[in-house]
Amino acid sequence: MTDVRPRIRLPRSASAGDSIVVKTLVNHDMESGQRRNSAGETIPRQIINRFTCEFAGVMVIDAYLEPAISANPYIEFEAVVPASGDFVFTWYDDNGDVYTATETFEVS
Amino acid sequence: MQHLKPVKTLALASACAALFAGAAFADPDLSAELVINDGELTLVTRAPSDDVITPNLPERYSGWLFRDAATREMEMDDFENPAMLAVEAGADLWTTVDGSAGQSCADCHGDATESMAGVRAHMPHLNANGVLWSMEDYINNCRTERMGAEAWRWSGDQMTSMTSYISMQSRGMPVDVQIDGDAAPYWEQGREMYYTRYGQLELSCANCHEDSTGLMIRADHLSQGQISGFPTYRLKNAGIVSIHNRFRGCIRDTRAESFAEGSDEFRALELYVASRGMGLSVEGVSVRP
Repeated sequence: MTDVRPRIRLPRSASAGDSIVVKTLVNHDMESGQRRNSAGETIPRQIINRFTCEFAGVMVIDAYLEPAISANPYIEFEAVVPASGDFVFTWYDDNGDVYTATETFEVS
Repeated sequence: MQHLKPVKTLALASACAALFAGAAFADPDLSAELVINDGELTLVTRAPSDDVITPNLPERYSGWLFRDAATREMEMDDFENPAMLAVEAGADLWTTVDGSAGQSCADCHGDATESMAGVRAHMPHLNANGVLWSMEDYINNCRTERMGAEAWRWSGDQMTSMTSYISMQSRGMPVDVQIDGDAAPYWEQGREMYYTRYGQLELSCANCHEDSTGLMIRADHLSQGQISGFPTYRLKNAGIVSIHNRFRGCIRDTRAESFAEGSDEFRALELYVASRGMGLSVEGVSVRP
């Protein structure tokens, strides 16, 4: 995966203590390791195996992904924002690559 | 829901009615509105028919109306629409220098949001020599003749990303293809193909997409086979599908030896099928199962 681009969407505004919906999408083939190429050889597994989100240094979600998850995994969850701070999103690739994205969220 | 199809036989019509009456299907939902990004844009998914191009259709329906609610919603939000990944990749390719001339698309065509607006709505289109070309032909002609670059494969990732990006610039514009004048012979050829039965199953396009609109084909509803939504992100492919790729799949499913992507036959069929959707909005990049 040479060109992985994480996408994040947060609500425009929320008050301190509100629960907000966080949407994330990352482009990735999620090669399951079950397929074969035209020569009959197994295509090695390469998936995003773990996804985490931290807010102001506190872990919000820590998910382990499995090979049955389809390409371009979309993960949506709710998080309580006690104050303004940074969301840090991290995707872990089977090949050792780590993709991160940071979004600052201001409470009103 | 009998108005979904031109009623040819009573048996079929009642089967259709029973199907819709009996089950709690939320699809097809002809009253659904295709609103993009919470009101940014509303796309036309129902357009009036006419006696020349679609005498057998009561009305023209976007394939979007025939999908289940979850799939419909994916197309209503650019964040949730996975095809936008291809659009972003296409935007990068637009400004990427390639080939011996050292040029990118943007060097000649500038800002795609202006120069490419409306292009998709008029495709396929006669080139300067009066030959019918699809968007892929125009792109590859630019690449080989002007940029000195290699042609892209018809359904390769780069080509589908570029067609997605260019198509997005026409989102919301009505499909409006030329079918008269020098385009008329191509259109006639396409119509001939549409009503020709192919394959061991002896099915024409019309058998499914005109006679049987709204009925089930395996686990899904048959649409009118409109191509106003292409390029399409197909969930089963987890990727962008071109118009010709879809044609090939349909003809293959009739157990026929299919035409090739980029063949003259498929260009003609593309023009005819595009004309059947005149008045519907170009959806830019749609989402289908």
